[in-house]
Amino acid sequence: MTTPPSVLTSAPLLEKAAGRSIFVLHRLARAAVSFVIVFVAAFLMVQLVPGDPVRAALGPTAPVATVAALRAQLGLDQPLVDRFTAYAGGLLHGDLGMSITSQRPVAEMLAERLPTTLTIAVAALLVAVVGAFPLGVATAVSARGARHRGLDLAVSGLLGVLIAIPNFLLAVLFIATLSIGLGAFPPAGWGTPSQAVLPVLALAIGPLAYLARIVHIEMLRVLDAPYLTTARSKRLPGRLIHLRHALPNIVAATLTAGGVVLVGLVAGTVLIETVFTVPGIGSTIVSSITARDYPLIQGVVIVYALLVLGTNLLIDLALVILDPRSTIAEA
Amino acid sequence: MTRRLLRTPQGLAVLLGLTVVVAATVLGPAVFGDAASTRNIPDRQLPASLAHLFGTDNLGRDLFARVIVATRLSVLLTLGAVGISVAGGVTLGVTAAVLPRPLRRLVTAFIDILLSFPWLLLALFFSVIWGTTATGAMLAIGFAGIPVFARLVATLASSVANTDYVRAARLLGSSPVRTAMLHVLPNILPPLVVNTAAHASVTLLSFAALSFLGLGVQAPEYDWGRLLNEGARSIYLEPMAAIGPGIAIVLTGVLFALLGELLSEDRPRTVPSRAVIRAGDAAAPDGDALVTVTDLRVSFPAGDGSLVERVHGVDLTIRPGEVVGVVGESGSGKSVTAMAIAGLLGPEAQVAAGQLSFDGIDMRGRFSAAQRRRLGLEQAMIFQDPLSSLNPSLTVGRQLTEVSEVHGGLGRGAATRRALEALALVRIPEPLRRIRQLPHEFSGGMRQRAMIAMGLMGSPRLIVADEPTTALDVTVQRQVLHALHDARLRTGAAILLISHDIALVSGFCDRVVVMRDGVVVERLDADRLDEARHPYTRGLIACVPDMTTDRDRPLPVIGVAADEEVPV
Repeated sequence: MTTPPSVLTSAPLLEKAAGRSIFVLHRLARAAVSFVIVFVAAFLMVQLVPGDPVRAALGPTAPVATVAALRAQLGLDQPLVDRFTAYAGGLLHGDLGMSITSQRPVAEMLAERLPTTLTIAVAALLVAVVGAFPLGVATAVSARGARHRGLDLAVSGLLGVLIAIPNFLLAVLFIATLSIGLGAFPPAGWGTPSQAVLPVLALAIGPLAYLARIVHIEMLRVLDAPYLTTARSKRLPGRLIHLRHALPNIVAATLTAGGVVLVGLVAGTVLIETVFTVPGIGSTIVSSITARDYPLIQGVVIVYALLVLGTNLLIDLALVILDPRSTIAEA
Repeated sequence: MTRRLLRTPQGLAVLLGLTVVVAATVLGPAVFGDAASTRNIPDRQLPASLAHLFGTDNLGRDLFARVIVATRLSVLLTLGAVGISVAGGVTLGVTAAVLPRPLRRLVTAFIDILLSFPWLLLALFFSVIWGTTATGAMLAIGFAGIPVFARLVATLASSVANTDYVRAARLLGSSPVRTAMLHVLPNILPPLVVNTAAHASVTLLSFAALSFLGLGVQAPEYDWGRLLNEGARSIYLEPMAAIGPGIAIVLTGVLFALLGELLSEDRPRTVPSRAVIRAGDAAAPDGDALVTVTDLRVSFPAGDGSLVERVHGVDLTIRPGEVVGVVGESGSGKSVTAMAIAGLLGPEAQVAAGQLSFDGIDMRGRFSAAQRRRLGLEQAMIFQDPLSSLNPSLTVGRQLTEVSEVHGGLGRGAATRRALEALALVRIPEPLRRIRQLPHEFSGGMRQRAMIAMGLMGSPRLIVADEPTTALDVTVQRQVLHALHDARLRTGAAILLISHDIALVSGFCDRVVVMRDGVVVERLDADRLDEARHPYTRGLIACVPDMTTDRDRPLPVIGVAADEEVPV
């Protein structure tokens, strides 16, 4: 009989400083590759439109001169490679071309609207993350060992419903009840804090419920871990057991599993801004797609891709900082 | 599958919902078509009423009828898009799985990148290409779902592709395509079906979102998203115009999601039970005992909700400073007994006993603040698995000092000094450096000694060591036992040592208690083990090979040895 290799000797030597920087570099490289793919795809998008993209934009009745003018403006009369180098060079100088419908520089339009979208997205991210942890922790502590069965069923049922309702529907519901029904918040517009409440809530609640459920599951797992028994054997107060001993061990797993929802939340601004007529980037996308304003669409796609990749990177960096196993001891 | 649908209330609800959706899809336009399309200008924009559940639109058409009629288009478009996602995903995923390694990694990396973008962005991107029509939206959402299935199939297929029978097929000259069709696909079908149902839910909501944005189905055609879009415009007049289609969207979405869940798991039903446990008769307590246990019974809920008793009336006394070993194989109830003595069983465990006390503290109930403080300082625990009994997120120092800080009233500096002493006592080298490290930087034996050091932070009177050396190498075992021994000399604490290893226990303990199947079968002084009368104990002792053991003979099997000789 052979002795199995000891698990104890495989000390995680690689998972030190080197492991951390390799992880970060890997993620950065991945984000860069992702961006290149998005950039090329956004550029080729016009090419992929079946038939003549200019005719598709202007309609079959447009005069030939107009079609030729737009074709020239979009550079479609030049070879593909020349156009790509021009487009890529323009991006480096912050030039994304001119919008067809408004005849304004796309970069300028997006720069005006970006802060609004960022405000909504960041606020909703914060609400979702900050709300999910206490909710998930509290429900898990209460549910452990099948106590408070009724309450747990009610809470998990409510979370399930909130996860199932898509954000745009929630937005419509909020307008119907909180805004028109109770008159508590304005149903549309942007500028005052009260106008921000409903969009942020509508955007945040779904991800919040989803994250809370992940926190709940992770917390239940950790509450049964042997090191929590160790903590209980020290007869520490519940506050220390849950906040100091349990919580740090669920953050990494929660962020990993919840990353998808948080990234989806960024894309959700498209719907939310449209419902609440918020003048952000998201609300331009629908009109620009309908009008086939290619330069504007390309700009929006690139900015949204950057937002998504940025969110992913932030989550990865948070993981590096929060996951103790990839952390070197603080000297 | 059908049986599962019919058996549970959830299954019945899903079956009922599916029937309604299918009926509305097939019959809806025929039955409600007239009401949905007849213009009735005098009745335009009526509020919700019994005659018009969701009110009427600006041409006087009944909105409830329109929601029912819209089922067909909504469901068909959803099915079409799911079909595209699955077909594309399976093709891409299986291709990736049978490709040579470098190409496979390239394809999966590409899939991963696509996956990092939310479906909405992908769908919007594709709808630029295919235009804002129903078909365009179906293609867009279908293509946006391909990465999800490609990833799923690639993962599943590569796990199947590495099984022996697929390797064997390859060795026998089966072509990659043939291997994929014959061996890989059938094996990944069940999880694929489950995910298809769940994905249908996402797809339905995506369609609603695109149509709601005005990028999907265009008037005069309508699906639920389109109706929601129109209803949202007149939301000031009649909220039900928007909420009605919204209900249809959510209910159908939940229906598909539940179907996926039902397909994926066959959950055993659990019925909560409240069995009453008989408390044993109180035995006379031993006046000077540190730990007194009489008639301890511990039960746990089983999978079907009934209670299963795992410890059946154990009596145990530990005097101050005494080292008591509890021996038995796994499942004998020795660990449960130890955890009951420490008062650390989970809330699901039902504990009953005539007496269960540690130095006057009743370990069955809730503790007062003073009792918690005493237990925190006077009891120490060491568990079997040193990999998981220390908190991976906190430095060893933090985990050592907190008892002194919380219960001992020491400041940070004094507690740290004490922790350094404790680490030195269990012979951990360089305590100044080690104290700042996280547990994963410790070896298994060092972690176990750190656990002992943790117990030394208070003024321990009882150290409960539950299989403290089982997970360790033999040489490391000795170091840990050494540390435990030093701790005892230093503090005079009693030790309760749980182990399956009678040789280890007899060498370390004053007294040995042998447990089997939740009862104590024998109590002995450690130096008189050869006088053991119970055949089970004799079996345990016979299992330990010594220098004179004939190595050609098989070791005795305990169960057989015991069962043969025990008169029933």
